[in-house]
Amino acid sequence: MSARTKPPAPLEAVAGAFLARYEARPDGDAVRAEAAELFRSAGLPGPREEPWHYTTLRPLADAVFDAPHADPAALLGQLPDIPAPRLVFAQGRFRADLSVLPAGLTVHTGAPAWGTLARPAVEKLVALNTMLAEDGAEIKVADGVDGGTLVLASLATGGAFHPRHAIRLGHGARLTLIEVNAGTGAYLNNPVFSVVVADDAILSHLRIQIEAADAFHLSTLYAEVGARGTYDSFLLSLGARLARMEVHARLAGEKSAAHLNAAQLLGGSQHADFTTVVTHDAPATTSRQTVKNVLTGQSRGVFQGKIEVSRIAQKTDGYQMNQALLLSPQAEIDSKPQLEIYADDVKCSHGATVGELDPDQLFYLRSRGVPEAEARSILVRAFLSEALDPIAHDAARAAMEGLITTWWDGQIGREGAAV
Amino acid sequence: MLEIKGLTARVEEKEILKGIDLVVPDGEVHAIMGPNGSGKSTLSYVLSGREGYEVTGGSATFDGQDLLSLEPEQRAAAGLFLAFQYPVELPGVNNANFLRTALNATRRARGEAELDAVKFLKLARAEIKRLSMADDMLKRNVNVGFSGGEKKRNEVLQMAILQPKLAILDETDSGLDIDALKIVADGVNALRAPNFSALVITHYQRLLDYIVPDRVHVLFNGRIIRSGGPELALALEASGYASVIAEAA
Repeated sequence: MSARTKPPAPLEAVAGAFLARYEARPDGDAVRAEAAELFRSAGLPGPREEPWHYTTLRPLADAVFDAPHADPAALLGQLPDIPAPRLVFAQGRFRADLSVLPAGLTVHTGAPAWGTLARPAVEKLVALNTMLAEDGAEIKVADGVDGGTLVLASLATGGAFHPRHAIRLGHGARLTLIEVNAGTGAYLNNPVFSVVVADDAILSHLRIQIEAADAFHLSTLYAEVGARGTYDSFLLSLGARLARMEVHARLAGEKSAAHLNAAQLLGGSQHADFTTVVTHDAPATTSRQTVKNVLTGQSRGVFQGKIEVSRIAQKTDGYQMNQALLLSPQAEIDSKPQLEIYADDVKCSHGATVGELDPDQLFYLRSRGVPEAEARSILVRAFLSEALDPIAHDAARAAMEGLITTWWDGQIGREGAAV
Repeated sequence: MLEIKGLTARVEEKEILKGIDLVVPDGEVHAIMGPNGSGKSTLSYVLSGREGYEVTGGSATFDGQDLLSLEPEQRAAAGLFLAFQYPVELPGVNNANFLRTALNATRRARGEAELDAVKFLKLARAEIKRLSMADDMLKRNVNVGFSGGEKKRNEVLQMAILQPKLAILDETDSGLDIDALKIVADGVNALRAPNFSALVITHYQRLLDYIVPDRVHVLFNGRIIRSGGPELALALEASGYASVIAEAA
């Protein structure tokens, strides 16, 4: 008898289960088949890969996803109160009955919107998404059109799903896209976005990640910005057991800009990772990243920000700041800035701060009669305000502030004076 | 009434207050003067409850209440106010919200109704005008980008709005030009009433030209070595601390 085969490593077993799911329903689709081949040989990203040094998918091996058990329509109440048309996906499938279609822009659903930017051969989770994607939204705003505000929501009660969205803004177009990810139970949400912002267009992408406490949220977004265009994004990440939000933004046209701001608020044993790669690929391009972390309990926050400046991208202006408030001795932040600069006339800076609440500020507030818990809450919100204040969409900003207040009250309830 | 008896306190193992005895009756303003390092700021922090200042003996009561057992916010609710020597900057905290939060927290603790935004703004604007402060003071973040004088005036604004029963002014005159000094003094004088008392901590006699104290105490090496009327401040200005210290030795 030959040597016994070694049982597969935990992550290989997870990858095998995903492959089995693909193989169980062959559809002859060439895109999916190619992705399946990539995924078969590559598997899931592991700790030996540099971009995955601080975040391990190992907990996926022990996770048991719920069978979708309730009608996600019941979760509509989790969506922030934002008066705008909305595209609602439940378990990764478009639900026309829960959606309010927008006027003035083109939306296609019912099939994955592959887009043009995704790199399944490079990002392994994108290969996984491509192999198993069933649905998604293709959103197009025509040249010169202001598409207003659109909510793109994912609601889930179980299972594993891989939405595939593509967004394209024509020349001079505008759109505020408010992405909300919410749910209940244990599930995996693994969306991929391809975002093209043409010359002079502005996409404001506000992302609210409030997944269920047992959920996994693994998201990859590719953006490409044309001349004088702006991809302006803000991520509020406070849900999920494990969240990884990866953004690859390429500033392709002269004087284009990308803003990748984020606030990660974590408690308990949550882990959240915001990983960005900004490629300055044209002259006079600008990138701005302000990432704030508020960490309690044994939570762990990660920010990896890479700025690449290609040879032609003279007059690049890149700025990156990662700040963390550690509110418990067990909380941890990992911050990794990376600059790769091949042009000689650029301005790039990065910084990081880690600290607790300032005792002088706390005393100042308390000496004015503000009780300690309220003083702490004021200082935490003040810490976040630098990232939140620039959000121009009032209803979205108010919704996010409300989520932050609710989150904070929950932390106080859970950990008492320790927060 | 503030009553301090045999108060001793240390900071990081170093004894700073070595037995303070002091009574400030209702309606009186007392000045505490003394050279650098004599314990003036430590006394103000001990009375307001700052962490890191360990009381090792003695007592301090305020209207019969044991001040030292209260949290800082409870002391504020009881009517104590400390005007900081170095007012703290609070980036991201709007000054109007800060003032209203402080006022309403204090009112809540006293069982009084909270003020809504409209009533509060009316009150705050009136005080701002009285203190000759810029109108945008309320819109800015607390003390962020304020000049030294603006910070001190912001302290007096807070005091005017919170209406304490006992104010401790910790070198509020430092860094002020003569016009700002007058404004600050006017702010304190406006509060003078039979149920208001103040402890004015200062290096210089100048402030006491404008806030005329009932009593002057000289603090040196953690003890009050001399007390007297307003004339004591003038004598100190003329001859310095050395002679008083030598006399007490």
